[in-house]
Amino acid sequence: MTGAQKLSGNLPKLAAALGIVVFAVLPTAGLPAFYDSFFYLIFFWISLATSWALLSGFAGYFSLGHAAFFGVGMYTTATLTTKADVPFLATIPAAAALGALLGVGIGAVVFRMKRLRGELFALLTLAVTFVIATIILNTPIDGGAGVFMSAVPMPHLLPTQTGSIYLLGFLMCVATLGIAWWVAHSRLGMGLFAIHDDEDVAEAKGVPTFRYKLIAFALSAGIAGAVGGIHAMYVGFLTVAGTFELTVPLYVVLMSVLGGARHWFGPAVGATVITALLYAFISGGEAMVGRAVVALVLILAILWLPDGAVPSVKAWLRKRRGPAEEKHRAPVIPVVPEQARPAGTRTILQVRGATKRFGGLQALAGVDLDVREGEILGLVGPNGSGKTTLINVISGFYPLTAGSVAVDGAEIGHLPAHEIAQLGVARTYQIPRPFVNMTVLDNVALAATFGGPSRSQAEIRAEALHWIGFTGLAGKEEALPAELNLHERKFLELARALAARPKLLLLDEVLSGLNPAEVDNAIRLVRAIRAQGTTIVFVEHLMRAMVELSDRVAVLNEGKLFALGAPNEIMRDPAVVSIYLGKAYAA
Amino acid sequence: MPSATLLGQALISGVLAGGMYGLLALGLSLSWGLLRLVNLSHFALAFLAAYLTYEMGTTYHIDPWWSVLVIVPAMFVIGLLQHWVFDRFKVNELASLLITFSFAVILEVAIQLYWTADYRRFETHYSTLSIKVGAFYIPVLELILCLVAGVLAWGTWLWLRKTYVGKALRASAEDAEIAAAYGVDHKKLAYLLSGLGAAYAGVAGTFIALIATLAPAQIWAWLGVVFAVVIIGRLGNPLGALFAGMLIGASESIAMAVLSPAWAPVVSFSVLIVLLLWDPDWS
Repeated sequence: MTGAQKLSGNLPKLAAALGIVVFAVLPTAGLPAFYDSFFYLIFFWISLATSWALLSGFAGYFSLGHAAFFGVGMYTTATLTTKADVPFLATIPAAAALGALLGVGIGAVVFRMKRLRGELFALLTLAVTFVIATIILNTPIDGGAGVFMSAVPMPHLLPTQTGSIYLLGFLMCVATLGIAWWVAHSRLGMGLFAIHDDEDVAEAKGVPTFRYKLIAFALSAGIAGAVGGIHAMYVGFLTVAGTFELTVPLYVVLMSVLGGARHWFGPAVGATVITALLYAFISGGEAMVGRAVVALVLILAILWLPDGAVPSVKAWLRKRRGPAEEKHRAPVIPVVPEQARPAGTRTILQVRGATKRFGGLQALAGVDLDVREGEILGLVGPNGSGKTTLINVISGFYPLTAGSVAVDGAEIGHLPAHEIAQLGVARTYQIPRPFVNMTVLDNVALAATFGGPSRSQAEIRAEALHWIGFTGLAGKEEALPAELNLHERKFLELARALAARPKLLLLDEVLSGLNPAEVDNAIRLVRAIRAQGTTIVFVEHLMRAMVELSDRVAVLNEGKLFALGAPNEIMRDPAVVSIYLGKAYAA
Repeated sequence: MPSATLLGQALISGVLAGGMYGLLALGLSLSWGLLRLVNLSHFALAFLAAYLTYEMGTTYHIDPWWSVLVIVPAMFVIGLLQHWVFDRFKVNELASLLITFSFAVILEVAIQLYWTADYRRFETHYSTLSIKVGAFYIPVLELILCLVAGVLAWGTWLWLRKTYVGKALRASAEDAEIAAAYGVDHKKLAYLLSGLGAAYAGVAGTFIALIATLAPAQIWAWLGVVFAVVIIGRLGNPLGALFAGMLIGASESIAMAVLSPAWAPVVSFSVLIVLLLWDPDWS
C-alpha cells in the first residue's frame, strides 16, 4: 500500500476526528447563541433517529413508541432534579437506565410472540406511549401542571448555559453514532440484519434472536432515555402533551427512512437534512409550509429511494466504480471425487418417540430413528407423512410435543433453534430462504459466524469463500440473492449450511426444481460433503437420487416410521410401494 | 361512586360517541384488512370533508344533507387517486403508513392555510336536539350517526359475506396471486374498496362537522383510539369495527364518570394491549 493510498484510506477517520474536535470547541468561538441552539437540535435529532434505527432499522422491528422512552428519560431527569435535588448530570444515567428498562420490559413480553411483528408491533408501541403519557399526566410525576426546570443548576461545562447544553448534546450524538457504528460492524449487528430479513432462518443459523432483539431494544430505548434527560434541561419546561406528542416517533422514522435506516450513518444524514429544512422554514416564519415540505419529501423519498439516501448513494458509487474492484473472490474448488468412507457405528442422531401435534393434527406420532455417524440417510414418504416436520423438529423450528431428540449424546429436543445450530446441526429449506438484503458472501459468512466454532473475522471470510467456491457460486460473492436463479439459490442454501461446519446436515428437497444436469451436479456435491465426514439426512422425492446417494432409507407414513433399510430393498418392498401408489400396484 | 342515572347516561353517551369511532374505523379496517394498506390519511380526509361541509353550510348556506351528495363522491375519487399511487409503486404496509401520514400532514397544512388554526363550529338549529327517554337524554344527531354507521357497517358486511365481490376480496387478501390465478380481478376491486373507504371518511366528516368543533390539529386526536378500535374489531370486519367502537366509547365514558376525564385515553389502549398479548392472532 502506498503512502497516498494509506492516506486516502484513513481520510474518513481523519475527517471524523477533525470534525469532532471542531464541533467540541465551537461554542467557545464566540458565535451567537443561536448557533448553539441550532446545532444542539441537529445533535438531538441525530441521536434520537440513530437510536430508533438500532432496533427498528437494523432489526426491522418498526416502533412508533420512541416518544415513550424519550419521555420517560425527560421525566426521570425532571423528577430527580426538581423533587430529589439530584445533580443534573447524575440523572442522565438514571434516565438511560429507566428508558432501557422499559424497552426490555416491553421486549421481554412482546418478542415472545411471533405474530407481533410489523405494523402490530408499531401500533403496540404507540399504544404504550399513550398509556405512559396518561399515567404521568394523572400522577404527581406531572399532575397536569407541567414541570419547571429553571431552578435546576446547570453545571458549567462551558462558560455559557447554551454552550454547556450544546456540549452535552454533542457528546451524546458522538456516543450514539459510535455505538451505532460498533453495532453495525459487530456480530450483534450481523445478527440484527439477519433478523430483519428472516427471523426464523436467523434463529436456525444460530443467531440468538430473542437476546439480540432485547439488547437492541435496550440500547435503542436507553439512548432515547439519555437524550430525553438532556433535552429536559434544554426545554426547561415539560408538559405531557409536548413530550409525548406524535412528532417525535414520526420525525425519527422520517429521518431514518430518508437517510437509510439500515445504515449506521443513514439516520444522521436524514436528521441533519430535515432539521435544517424545518429550521429554515421556521426562521422564515413558514413553519406550517415547512411541515408540508418535509412530508412531501418523505413521500417522494419512499417512492423513489425506498432504501434511503446513504445506501442508494453507496450503490450508485459501487456501480460507477464498476467490477474493477472485487474485494473478495472465491477460489473455484473442484468437487473432490468420492472416497467411499464406510459409515461408522456410532449414533450421531437419536430420535425417540418424537411426537408433534398441531391442534388435532398428529404430524409425528412417535418416531424412533437412529442415524449413524458419516452415513447418508434418505427420508421418504408420501406427502403429509411428516418428513419436513421431522426436519423442523430436529432443527428446533417446532418444539416437540413429546419424545426426545439427541445429537451426539446431547439432548436437544427442547433447546431453542439457535442452540441446536451451535451444537452442529444445519439445515436447508425446500424453498430457499436467503437473507434478501445481504450479499451471497454475507449470507454465508453469517452462517459461519453463528453456527460454527468461534473464529476471527478473516477466518470466517475465508471459510465463507471456501464454501462459495465449493458450491460453484464463485463470482457471485457480492450479488444479492434476488440476482441468483433457483439453482444458484439452492446452492446458496447448501453453502450456508456447510459454512456452519455441521456434524449433522438436514437437507430438505435440495434437488426439487433442478434440471437433470443440475441434479447430477448436486449429487456429486452431496457425496463430497459426506466425504468430509458430515452426516446427512435428506428428504427427497426424486427416487434416482435417493437410490444413488443413500446408505439407508427411512420411510415415513402418517407420522410413523414405516420401514428402514438399504435403498434397493426398501424400494422393492411391496408395502412401501403400496403406501405410495395404492394397493393395486403393490403386486 | 356516581349515581345509577349518571352511569346510565354515561353509557348511552359513550355508545353513541363510539358510533363515530366505529364509522371512522370502518374505512380503515377495510383497507388494512383487505388491501394490506394502513391509511393514516383517513382522518385527514374525514376532516377535509368536515371543513367542506362547514364551508358549504356557512358560506353558501347549503344544508349538510345536500352537500354530502357532492362531498362523498369527491372523497371516493380521492380514494381512487390514492390507490393509483399505491398500485403504481407497489407500496407495502409500512410504506403505506408513512406515505399516508405524510399526505395527512400535507392536508392538515392545507386546511390550516385556508381555514386557519382557529376553532370552527358549525351551528345548525338541530345541533343540540335530543330526545328524552325516561331519565336519559339521547342526542338526535349522534343517534342518526349511529344509525348511518350501523347501516353502512351492516351493508358492507353483507356485501363482503354474501356476494362474489366480497368473497373475491377476501380471497385476494389471503393470497393475491392465487386469487388472480382463479380469475379474481384484484386491481379493480382494490380501487373500488379504496374509493369506498375514502367515501366512508366523507360520511364521517359530515357528522364531524355537525357534532364536533373543528381545528386542524384535531385530525390527530382520534388516531390512537380508532386504531385500537380497528384491531379490537378485527381487521377487515365492518361489524366488528362498529361494535368495538361502541364498546370503547362506552368504556371511556364510564371511566370518565367513575375516575376522571383525564384517564379516558388509557381505556382503549389498555384493552388493545391486553388483547394483543392475550391472543396475538386476534387481528
